[in-house]
Amino acid sequence: MDTVIAYMPNIIDGALTTIAVALGSVALSVVLGLLGAWAKLSKSRVAQGTGEAYTTLIRGVPDLVLMLLLFFGGQTLLNQIGDATGWWDYIEINQYTAGVLTIGFIFGAYMTETFRGAYLAIPRGQVEAAIACGMSPALVFIRVVWPQLVRYALPSFGNNWLVLLKTTALVSVLGLQELVYNSFTAGRSTRQLFTFMFVALIIYLVLTAVSDVGLRWLDRRYNVGVRRS
Amino acid sequence: MAEHSGGFLKSLEDFSTNVSPIDFVLIAQHYDLFLQGVVNTIALVVLSLVIGGVLSVPLAVARAYRTPVANQIIWAYVYVFRGTPLLVQTYLIYYGLGQFEIIRDSALWPFLREAWWCALIAFVLNTAAYTTEIFRGAIEAIPWGEIEAAKACGMSPWTRVRRVILPSAFRRALPMYSNEVIFMLHGSVVASTVTIVDILGAGRTLNAKYYLAYEGFIAAAVIYMILVFLISRGFKTWEKRWHAHLRPREI
Repeated sequence: MDTVIAYMPNIIDGALTTIAVALGSVALSVVLGLLGAWAKLSKSRVAQGTGEAYTTLIRGVPDLVLMLLLFFGGQTLLNQIGDATGWWDYIEINQYTAGVLTIGFIFGAYMTETFRGAYLAIPRGQVEAAIACGMSPALVFIRVVWPQLVRYALPSFGNNWLVLLKTTALVSVLGLQELVYNSFTAGRSTRQLFTFMFVALIIYLVLTAVSDVGLRWLDRRYNVGVRRS
Repeated sequence: MAEHSGGFLKSLEDFSTNVSPIDFVLIAQHYDLFLQGVVNTIALVVLSLVIGGVLSVPLAVARAYRTPVANQIIWAYVYVFRGTPLLVQTYLIYYGLGQFEIIRDSALWPFLREAWWCALIAFVLNTAAYTTEIFRGAIEAIPWGEIEAAKACGMSPWTRVRRVILPSAFRRALPMYSNEVIFMLHGSVVASTVTIVDILGAGRTLNAKYYLAYEGFIAAAVIYMILVFLISRGFKTWEKRWHAHLRPREI
């Protein structure tokens, strides 16, 4: 117990990094998800094909493979391009950036499906009515589409967030000093790996539980005005 | 190799190492490494799905029937394993168990010392938790009329579960279960972090051996994509068979 308390600041530090990675990548994934949904729903064949290729690729390849590919391969590729063209000097992708970029990129594909499904759930007549009232496309989006998009997307968004939170553990393989990495090093140096991995496990459970409460609050907020059975 | 027949191969190799951004000949030369990876990945995934699937059926039934005590214990088990990363669960078993002298002295230590068995145990516990939740949902979604009909036929509660509830629930669970299978394949990359040469492990080995940055990962990514494609194809065929009664009748 004393050893755990001694290492606690270090582990809390890791937990904060984990949260930072999760928040950064969920923000990126929402942006990519909206773009992807827009591409998949657009009339352009090229946009549809790109969206389709994006979601198929991501569902086919495991997250860690993509992460390592981007972290090691992407860096080499960028520097080879820089060498050949002389446009930039040596670039280093740090672990945080690689983690956020890959996790955001991966969950962008899942968010694409989330937002696409949510958009399709909005009754067509409402958008038509808004256009008939003379609203500009931007106004239709802000006043009619977005509030309902959030409402319909929330349950699936919540699931994606919970999976994303757990996926951040893989960033420890790149060497980012987050929750798993810090717990593991603490456990190894004190020869109490079980104790420290168990602490990490509990912290993940707490994060999940807190997210659950937050998601339920959001769900209530965005469903004000909907009759619940 | 004979000069004339080696000419083409030689130039292909030359192109692969010097011109092509991906040295595909090198990957092809190490096909045995990737084959070993595929065998390890498939063995881990299939075994954990089978064992986890078998374990999850009684757990799901106990949850759906609100069996006292068991219900709460299974709920807690499912909550813990679904709420934490598979990586942490695997580390906990592989690196963690050695902390206890009782385990190190026990007869199980020869197994628990091996990364392969530890990964299998972690994967089984993980997939069993997810599958329990899938089956529980499917069992609870059973139309009440089916149970009434079974009762009217005079089936005992046990026969009802075996003949009516489970077959109907499995059918309903199939689409969600196919997702779980793909997630398990994706999750199995965790094995490569505990020294197992799975598909990703093979890629990492190749990269480390030749100081490569991406060839091994790209090869691994392609193999995983092929496997996912085959799995979703297989499940589509299976669904067609099992959901044949739901298809519009051909005239």
